[in-house]
Amino acid sequence: MKTVEVRALVKTFDGHLRKRRGKADTVRALDGVDLAAGPGEYLVLLGPSGCGKTTLLRTIAGLERPTEGEVLIDGQVVNGLPPRVRQIAMVFQSYALYPHKTVMDNIVFPLRAEKAPKETRERKARWAAGLLEIEPLLGRKPRQLSGGERQRVALARALVRDPAVFLLDEPLSNLDAKMRATARDELKRFQQQIGTTTIYVTHDQAEAMGLGDRIAVLERGRVRQVGTPVEVYDDPADTFVATFIGSPPMNLVRRGDRLVGFRPEHLLPAESVPQDARITMTLQVERMEYLSGDRHVYGTVTGLGDATRVIARLPATLDTPITPGEPHEFAVPAGRLRFFDADAGTRAPAVPIGDR
Amino acid sequence: MTNEALRRRYARRHVAARCGLYAAAVLSALVCALPFLWSLVSAFKQNRDLYDPESNPFAFNEPATPDHVTFLFADTPFPTFVLNTLLVGGAVVLLTLALALPAAYSLARLNRPWGTPMGIAIFLVYLVPPSLLFLSLTRVVVALGLEDSLWSMIVVYPTITVPVSVWLLIGFLKAVPTDIEEQAMVDGHSRLGAFVRAVLPLVFPGLVAVVVFSFTLTASEFVYALAFVSSSPEMVVSTGVPTQLIRGDVFFWQSLQAATVVTAVPIAFLFNLFLDRFVTGFTMGAVKT
Amino acid sequence: MSARRAGLADRDGFLAWVMLLPSVIYILALVGVPFLLAVAFAFSDVTTGDPSYDFVGFGNFTAVFDDGVFWRSLWNTLLFTGCSMVLIVVFGKILANLLIADFHGKWLVRFLILLPWTTPVALSTISWLWFLDSIYSPVDWTLRHLGLIDQNVVWLGDPNTAMLSVILVQTWRLTPLAAVIVMAGLVAIPRDIDEAARIDGAGFWRRMFEVTIPLSLPVIAVAALFGAIMTFTDMTVSYVLTRGGPTHATDVLASWAYFRGIEGGDVGQGAAIALFLFPILLAGVVAILRAVRRLEAR
Repeated sequence: MKTVEVRALVKTFDGHLRKRRGKADTVRALDGVDLAAGPGEYLVLLGPSGCGKTTLLRTIAGLERPTEGEVLIDGQVVNGLPPRVRQIAMVFQSYALYPHKTVMDNIVFPLRAEKAPKETRERKARWAAGLLEIEPLLGRKPRQLSGGERQRVALARALVRDPAVFLLDEPLSNLDAKMRATARDELKRFQQQIGTTTIYVTHDQAEAMGLGDRIAVLERGRVRQVGTPVEVYDDPADTFVATFIGSPPMNLVRRGDRLVGFRPEHLLPAESVPQDARITMTLQVERMEYLSGDRHVYGTVTGLGDATRVIARLPATLDTPITPGEPHEFAVPAGRLRFFDADAGTRAPAVPIGDR
Repeated sequence: MTNEALRRRYARRHVAARCGLYAAAVLSALVCALPFLWSLVSAFKQNRDLYDPESNPFAFNEPATPDHVTFLFADTPFPTFVLNTLLVGGAVVLLTLALALPAAYSLARLNRPWGTPMGIAIFLVYLVPPSLLFLSLTRVVVALGLEDSLWSMIVVYPTITVPVSVWLLIGFLKAVPTDIEEQAMVDGHSRLGAFVRAVLPLVFPGLVAVVVFSFTLTASEFVYALAFVSSSPEMVVSTGVPTQLIRGDVFFWQSLQAATVVTAVPIAFLFNLFLDRFVTGFTMGAVKT
Repeated sequence: MSARRAGLADRDGFLAWVMLLPSVIYILALVGVPFLLAVAFAFSDVTTGDPSYDFVGFGNFTAVFDDGVFWRSLWNTLLFTGCSMVLIVVFGKILANLLIADFHGKWLVRFLILLPWTTPVALSTISWLWFLDSIYSPVDWTLRHLGLIDQNVVWLGDPNTAMLSVILVQTWRLTPLAAVIVMAGLVAIPRDIDEAARIDGAGFWRRMFEVTIPLSLPVIAVAALFGAIMTFTDMTVSYVLTRGGPTHATDVLASWAYFRGIEGGDVGQGAAIALFLFPILLAGVVAILRAVRRLEAR
């Protein structure tokens, strides 16, 4: 179990290199990133596409050279070291199995590269294959495997190296939705069993919430917030995190120089919110959607700040009648309100909002 | 080994690898371009400098002179050769596009069961060498009354350019999503109209690549040009220079070298501009046919 | 609803034929017919002076077989092709690696590397003719000044060095083409796979021999195919460099057919010689294409 840390990491792509990657001009893919994953931790890098999360992972792996800053694995600076001496294993989004080698040869490839004796290679490959339940596939070629099987082979190949760190780059994005839920569960159990420090890149917040011990939310090459899933969800550091995480996203209502934020599931009909500490507001209901039993109510709130379109998510257990086209009194428990600076978007001290 | 030492070692290795890369690049470039570089030097040399076995062949031991280059342009049919090459090249390119573009579209898009075998068959024609055909083609050219005329080359060269162009164009055409034509057809164009209005503009970069490629092939051809044309005013660069700038065993070396460089540089330049596109066209044709 | 019916321009089957037909007819007329004509000439006594057709059976072939030059040129062709092909593929692979690498001044290097192929072969061969000149060759000058030789080698005057020169010039000329083809294959390898191999601890050579080369083998075979065919049927280099000499030491089938058929005027014999290119060529093409298919099926 090793730590992974990056300090003040900056990575720019100049136009020349970038052109080959399909984009133009100088881009600061990483713009001063500080981040650390503790021993055995499952750290998820979450962000929209183009936020730099994959670049960060590739820089840790040694596939990209940082423009500035340091990468530390197990407390040692590894800048300039090629991937193979960093004791890392990586699972690529495409799995990157060697198409001309059998599953067995794919799995032992890293061991042959470190010149392990034949018996060791056999033994480790069998062990990894057993762990991932792919023994019957060892003689096949990657093209004969399903997506889920390929993912396991890629994991087995990563596993046999006894890596200090696992780097996973959206390993579930090539699976169909049904497979994804099972594979997610397996990945989590697998990591708990192995206990290896893992850094996992995804743009899917459900994956991030489900897998991560901690989540680092990235946007435009910067870390916006690092925290446990609960912290990131309940206490977003800024409006980006607030609206990126959660589906539907956090409602933001402008009130003076503040934005008042609250989650859709906390915006409930006034009669179902305890009276002692609540903020009420009038919701002009526009339309409703029924999603897996929940009701999503779309409407405009007035009375809290500027009139704003918001979404309320009513759990299936609430059967308050609500009619589209009519106003209805809604309320949010006072403790559920979050305040942001209206200009900077960062968290700001609460301002008193009287209940009228 | 300590981490510091390890990092120093790999830093050194990285530098060594970069140096190796640059050394390899310079070496390969030199080996490939050496005769041309030397041609460039020779072209500007004075006779007594050039024809002295002891003088350094890579340097000017006497002042450089542009005389021989001027001679090439003013007193030899070289300008005519260049003009002929451009004429033949231009006509062949047009003819090639007229034949290859519809054929490629038919093979790439119209989903006939014979599409793939026919594509491969046409490509294999490219492998039938001029040296096998030039004897009978010479008779054909004579029978058509085209001997000693630019037309002989214009008529015959597409046998070389059409197969490769079809192959490349299939690659480019397959890269265009079918949705685009289908959208155009839904919007009221015929299949042909969709091809002309929606697909052609999208493969335009590919077309340019094919034009350059065909022109290069045409300009380099030697065997047919040698067999069909023996009168100087109708010759192209590739045959005119070696046959007309050498009188018996008198070689106009400096002018010959100048002619080589003057011809080589623009073609290589054009080709280099489109290299990446050939590579994509070639791979796509190969992967998807 | 408009009353327009589907016109001919909408019928895929019809369009497919109409669009393909011109090319097919053109190729049949100017490749198919001349090919048959070449076969017919091989069995005739047609000469440039007397173009009337008389069937002479295997007469031309007997005459050709009795001529030692034919066997010499056949052997030369095989030697020339074999050596050049191997060199072209090896150097082509090396150059391809360079062409896809990232470094400053790449454009210029690529330009210079492509020169040998994009230059009309007759002209570049003339440059070589001068480069290997018996008196003024800079190669000899350099060797002389390094003290390695006392007097000029006369590269094109000796049968062995003449063949060597022809092979090297051919290799030099076609290597860029092979490099471009192999480069296409290398570019098509997903970047992930190479990176996965780096992560898995494979060094440069292991990646090259266990990942890159196996994955680009079909394309390397195609490059070999092009190299072989273009060399096997080529006469330009030996024609311009040595005129087949000294004493037929560098004559290949194609150049010998040219000397016999065009310069010697004996079209029948020339065609008979050229015809020998065909079965060998066909066998080579089939062999390589089958290898490619087998490789791709893996």
